[in-house]
Amino acid sequence: MPPRSIRWKSRAFDAAILVAPVIVSGFFLWLLADLLFQGSVYFWPSDSSAIQLSAIVDMLQHIVMFLTAEPEKAGREGGVGPILVSTGLILAVCMSVALPLGLGTAMLLSEFVSEASRFGRAVRRSLDILAGVPSIVFGLFGNAFFCQWLGLQFSILAGGLTLACMVLPLLVRAAEEGFRAVPQSQRHTAAALGFSRSSLVLRIILPQAAPGILAGLILGIGRALAETAALIFTSGYVDRMPQSLLDSGRAISVHIYDLSMNVPGGNSPAYASALVLVVLLVVLNFAAWWLVSRFLPRRSLS
Amino acid sequence: MSPSSKDRLLTTLLQALAAVVGLLVLLIFAFLIRESTPAMTQVGLSRFVADESWHPSADAAHGSFNLLPILAGTLLTSAGAILVAAPLGIFSAVFCQLYAPPSLGWLYRRMIELMAGVPSVVYGLWGLVVLVPWIAALHPPGPSLLAGIMILALMILPTVALLADAALASVPREYLQGAAALGLSRNTTTCQILLPAARSGLVTAVILALVRAIGETMAVLMVCGNVVRMPASLFDPVRTLTSTIALEMGYARDDHRAALFACGLVLLVAVAVLIVFAELFSRRKTHAAA
Repeated sequence: MPPRSIRWKSRAFDAAILVAPVIVSGFFLWLLADLLFQGSVYFWPSDSSAIQLSAIVDMLQHIVMFLTAEPEKAGREGGVGPILVSTGLILAVCMSVALPLGLGTAMLLSEFVSEASRFGRAVRRSLDILAGVPSIVFGLFGNAFFCQWLGLQFSILAGGLTLACMVLPLLVRAAEEGFRAVPQSQRHTAAALGFSRSSLVLRIILPQAAPGILAGLILGIGRALAETAALIFTSGYVDRMPQSLLDSGRAISVHIYDLSMNVPGGNSPAYASALVLVVLLVVLNFAAWWLVSRFLPRRSLS
Repeated sequence: MSPSSKDRLLTTLLQALAAVVGLLVLLIFAFLIRESTPAMTQVGLSRFVADESWHPSADAAHGSFNLLPILAGTLLTSAGAILVAAPLGIFSAVFCQLYAPPSLGWLYRRMIELMAGVPSVVYGLWGLVVLVPWIAALHPPGPSLLAGIMILALMILPTVALLADAALASVPREYLQGAAALGLSRNTTTCQILLPAARSGLVTAVILALVRAIGETMAVLMVCGNVVRMPASLFDPVRTLTSTIALEMGYARDDHRAALFACGLVLLVAVAVLIVFAELFSRRKTHAAA
């Protein structure tokens, strides 16, 4: 039996280890519960207190209305229709630029250059730094480069391009993991069969890595969807339906920020929009997780 | 087209794409330096520490540009958040690795991943609507350094916890089996074997969390009160570099705008230094272990 003081210390340590997760989950579940409650209260019909079928139908109608209608009175009333459209367009611009760049870089890093090559290491190092660049700095850069230097003004195009810079590191990492999950033996077999490097990569490795790349794409969309600071000064604040990619468009996260900080009485619609955003993110994350666990077997430790 | 020329074409194409990605960081640096040059020439470095207050104007001669309280705001909020989040995150990781039954550990990890995915503006909203009034009841005014530290800690915790979890998982299983064979208690195993063996990974986790804390904008902007003044207590409002940029970019012109880009440059340099440092640290340790 160890002396009492040691036993006491060890109990205190065990207690600390067990208390930490309780504190963390306590705060986070509090946040989630608050979001769920306040968000759904916004949709719940005000004249009904009991849970009835008619109230649920009303609520669904209210949700559909919220998702499609134009915002009114600075967002206190109405919905988020044009905002969802702008968000979608920003994401589309972002991904159509980031995907080829990220995929090409990952392909080069994992299939064409060795770990030790100077070029590969330089690209990796700059991706590491890019991954840590604060989003507001991407916003500054996007404002100076895309909005002013390239003359795009505040536009969906400028916002999407800024976000593309931001999600690149994430995309490259995910695609690289997808490539690396393809067993080495397949590369050897293809080499033995006299495949050229390009047909090996394009016909054998790329199709097998596709689920990993897709999962990375989805995570990138999630990251871009969550972004606010990089968009305020690139895609702007305008909450009307965008007519083209050169129009300013307000992303949903910017909408939440604006409602809660600049619009008195904007908290409840802000909660409703936040609930929409979080539900979207959860769905996206679940899709990515499903893809990875379904199609990418753990690499064997051989 | 012959196979070898096709290979060469593909390699060149991919190299061009990767070069664009590699040059992006340089482009960002170049544009921040270009845009912040007027701040260096018109305002000058000394005025950023010597002016009496932060009242920037488009014309450097009419404004005052003391950045010190804002720098202090960034340092205090991030340092505070790291002091809270680092132990909580590392303990969480130890909990997942050694203490929790597998199913609970799995569930807890999924929750941390969900935490990592929640947008900062949602943390900010919750902080603004729930946390700030709660702190105001404790000690007015509410929007404060304390609120910023709490929200930031919650936001960077997943970074610490997930990276620390990975670092602990990469400790060779033989060490733990050896410890079990020697009959060491769980906390001796943790303190004497697991944590020291994973030290470099844990340091990297904390540094990367610090990087996130320094760069976080929206949540801090929403809960800190944003008054430019040296805080005297945890309950005083503060303003960080990131929120200054977010608040003032909308109307800043000329020298004022350049000063904001200078703030961005400070952030970028700080983050780049920390990341290179983290990388060097983890590499040195790996070599020592090998």
